[in-house]
Amino acid sequence: MKHVQQRPAGHLAPRRQQNWDWRAAGNFVCGGAGGGLLFLAALAHLAGAEVRHLIGAGLLLVGTGLFCVWLEIGRPWRALNVFRHLRTSWMTREASVAPLLFISGALAVAGLHPVLPVLAGLCGLAFLYSQARILAADKGIPAWRHPRCAAVVVATGLAEGAGLLALATPVLPARLLPLAALVLILALLARLWRWKRYLAGLNADGAPLGSLQALSTIERRFVLFGHLVPAAFAAAAGAGMPGAAAALAFAGLMAVGGGWLFKYTLVRRAAFTQGIALKHLPVRGRGPAGAAVKPGWSGH
Amino acid sequence: MSRYVMTIDLRRCVGCQTCTAACKNANATPPGVQWRRVLDLETGKFPDVRRSFLPMACMHCENPPCEEVCPTQATQKRGDGLVTIDYDVCIGCANCIMACPYEARSIVHEARFAYGDQPIASEAVRFDPARISVATKCTFCKDRIDEAARSGRIPGRDPEVTPACVNSCISGAMAFGDLDDPDSAVSRLLAETQHFRMHEELGTGPSVYYIWDQA
Repeated sequence: MKHVQQRPAGHLAPRRQQNWDWRAAGNFVCGGAGGGLLFLAALAHLAGAEVRHLIGAGLLLVGTGLFCVWLEIGRPWRALNVFRHLRTSWMTREASVAPLLFISGALAVAGLHPVLPVLAGLCGLAFLYSQARILAADKGIPAWRHPRCAAVVVATGLAEGAGLLALATPVLPARLLPLAALVLILALLARLWRWKRYLAGLNADGAPLGSLQALSTIERRFVLFGHLVPAAFAAAAGAGMPGAAAALAFAGLMAVGGGWLFKYTLVRRAAFTQGIALKHLPVRGRGPAGAAVKPGWSGH
Repeated sequence: MSRYVMTIDLRRCVGCQTCTAACKNANATPPGVQWRRVLDLETGKFPDVRRSFLPMACMHCENPPCEEVCPTQATQKRGDGLVTIDYDVCIGCANCIMACPYEARSIVHEARFAYGDQPIASEAVRFDPARISVATKCTFCKDRIDEAARSGRIPGRDPEVTPACVNSCISGAMAFGDLDDPDSAVSRLLAETQHFRMHEELGTGPSVYYIWDQA
């Protein structure tokens, strides 16, 4: 790799994206958690739990996320134009799922039909998946477009949903506590696995150095306090230790917090642009072309 | 139908930034926004050091990722290869900016002028509120291309219907024309030289070809 002198004015190397701020991140943070919660609430409903309050919380989270997006877009009063490109745009698809989600969720809260919580849960999963695909389609941000990014975004949404479900254990039937603990542990393990694969993929395939650095900064905290510690608390709760409900709620809180830290980091801090790359330097006069240049990337 | 592309001969570019200035003048972009940039690279170590210049703008991709992600269809790809933005439809979500691997797009959320809050006379005349809080980018001087279709003139040959950056290039590093016309300047240049397109591996199919050596 040739040494490249980077000049600030030139933007040669990847740089942190400046357009999606905390408001855009809020959609992924809150909306993803809400979608995950709706899905987990559907599972709890199938297990016989009363879940209308959980569905209400899920709707509130999704609504908060969408409100953040509305605050972020440049022309908010044209927001309805977001529905116009269902053929290819995952943002349109996310927006299109939202009304179905809110309608089915509201009707489920009203208790009109026992199948409605399941329908709301499926809409929540579709919403979460759409969010993951929004990032995956953004070719300008290598950390997002990586083939393994979408999976970890879905995994964290589900883990956050399981975490929120665990937080709600004080109001769930006591008989469901071991099952909720097991679901949380499985969700955390799945997220940890996807996270590790994602990092390995970025390192193997090459990524902007800034992205790798930003993700590495949270790696230890994310793994320890976002996965191992809450899993231990959940296991203890599932085993019937004294104060199990409180332990499980605390585990859920950590699981949610870890997920939100990851998503905020992914959307804001780790979102470095592609930068430039030259396959060949120009030949001037005599002599060979210079070697390829791709400043600010790992693996090259 | 025509398929317009641009060639940029990196051997000829001297980094004078004239094309950058010409673009700003032609398109009245606000301070801080450059639809055309010329990047300056210094590579290597003594005694093998090199300096290269890299003009960058919208690549008007064959498979524009910005079009794919746009939720409003404000971004469209025309049959002649140009990728356009309908400012009256765009909601300013910036998803297209995230999708562009060439950093060709920008959004300005408030009116900005060269000398503070008030525009100078020339800025006042050309300020376009439709471009506030929406995505904007190089258009390959679309109005000129459209004029060519009406007048029968040939982009890349007739200056009045050729992109401003190409017209302004002091070294003739840039050429513009119809790739589907085997007699066009760009077709001949591409046949005679070795060239690459940036980030081709992403499948975007850029319409800007960078020439680095003779064939």
